[in-house]
Amino acid sequence: MDQYSTIISGFGGQGVILTGKIIARTGMEEGMEVTWLPSYGPEMRGGTANCTAIISSDLIGSPVVTEPSSLIAFNKPSLDKFGSRVQEDGLIVLNSSLIDDCSTAESNNVIPLPVNEIAKGLGNQKVINMVALGGWSKASGKLSLSALKKGMKLTLEESGKAKFVEINEKALEEGYEAAKEESLASTT
Amino acid sequence: MGEKKLMRGNEAIAEAAIRAGCRNYFAYPITPQAELLQWMAENMSEQENGTFLQAESEIGAISMVYGAASTGERTMTSSSSPGISLKQEGISYIAGSELPAVIVNIMRGGPGLGNIQPAQGDYFQATKGGGHGDYRLIALAPSTVPEAAELTFEAFNLADKYRNPVIILADGMIGQMMEPVELPSPVDTSDFPSKPWATTGKNGRKSNTIRSFALGAEDLKSINQDLQEKYRKIKEAETRYEEIGVEDPDVLLVAFGTVARIARSTRRLAKEEGIDVGIFRPITLWPFPGDRLSELSRKVDTVFTVEMNAGQMVEDVRLSINSDINTPFYGEQGGVVPDPSRILEEVKKYV
Repeated sequence: MDQYSTIISGFGGQGVILTGKIIARTGMEEGMEVTWLPSYGPEMRGGTANCTAIISSDLIGSPVVTEPSSLIAFNKPSLDKFGSRVQEDGLIVLNSSLIDDCSTAESNNVIPLPVNEIAKGLGNQKVINMVALGGWSKASGKLSLSALKKGMKLTLEESGKAKFVEINEKALEEGYEAAKEESLASTT
Repeated sequence: MGEKKLMRGNEAIAEAAIRAGCRNYFAYPITPQAELLQWMAENMSEQENGTFLQAESEIGAISMVYGAASTGERTMTSSSSPGISLKQEGISYIAGSELPAVIVNIMRGGPGLGNIQPAQGDYFQATKGGGHGDYRLIALAPSTVPEAAELTFEAFNLADKYRNPVIILADGMIGQMMEPVELPSPVDTSDFPSKPWATTGKNGRKSNTIRSFALGAEDLKSINQDLQEKYRKIKEAETRYEEIGVEDPDVLLVAFGTVARIARSTRRLAKEEGIDVGIFRPITLWPFPGDRLSELSRKVDTVFTVEMNAGQMVEDVRLSINSDINTPFYGEQGGVVPDPSRILEEVKKYV
């Protein structure tokens, strides 16, 4: 792997920023070069919040990415804004609970996941981001599920949220499994 | 050096300052620099004799820096572009009084209130004055988060060594982004150079006075001559830069801070197309590494400057080169961050 960039985008409160931080933190723990860049403009109020996480085997130049390797879109405005920019053969993990229209570029690997329903099934709506991240792990193959669990644990513990580690682990696992089924379904 | 931590630029600068022995921090909040202030608020109180004070204004904060620096203690303030403008009077006084202090500018779009996106429009302000009178700041421009920590740490040493204010000139992107950082070990404050000039309480010695005032023309002339002599020494000893692939490039690209790291991506893209783009990155914007740039310019036909402003450092580039090779410029403004491929498009016009 040379460089793998991911834009994570959604409404404020969907856990966009944390998801990106966990990708960066996990990459760092795995010995990679990483950058994490938030959008901090006026769009953070009300509209879409987004951030960019890059993991790389080499030194990272620009932390700003116009054409990401992958996109995690939690809402429709996010897919509209970034969907068309994803690299050819790139990955799009999208929240099919909120996005009806799953059509994007034919060349993209699109993984629709009903993250709201999966999170609801786990009894905590707040973990939709980890469901999506678990799916991203399976579909991208860039960071393993066990590495992400570790990165998530470290990140939550450092911000005094250790009690949420268990539910977030479950969410990562559920997302991973759901993506497995989704990619099986699309190949058959 | 310890373990790697994933930190925002603003946080890394703040923590590096504490580890460099900064125990006096005064500031007023402003985006995109707010996390720096926040980190100081959370961590300065844990330091012995640590003072964190959110001032009533930027002018108040820089005046507090003037006072605290007079005692010889390591002192810092930080802000973003409009706030740094407000501090200029105080910075001139601090430079005129020859006090060590560190000022951090996490630049944003201007002029005026501008916006909160990354920009490099304060190059002139940091390197050519900003406040009144013939003074210079040592201006350090980090291009990554780990370098922001490293240069902040070093800024305190330089400030003490030359009794001169040092400015860290970064931008909203470096301030906001996260990268792995290996923080320096905390300094032993007993290793600091002695400061016989500091106002520490007379206790039997001759009294010390800190001022930037000399009524007689000859007196002030002599003070200015001493300052210029000091600036000459700084220029000789402290000029810093980084070079990447400058041996025999097709085009030499000059950029600082955020743009310099983006230029690395441009260099990679160019390589795929068989174009060799070398990078010259001034780390000290003042003193500007003009002599070295002049040497390098003799090997190329084009020295291409890219900045996030309308063309400020490019003036120093052109002054340094002093020959008739191409010295084009490409800039973005208003918080727009130049794209690596867009820079390459511009570069290709000269290959």
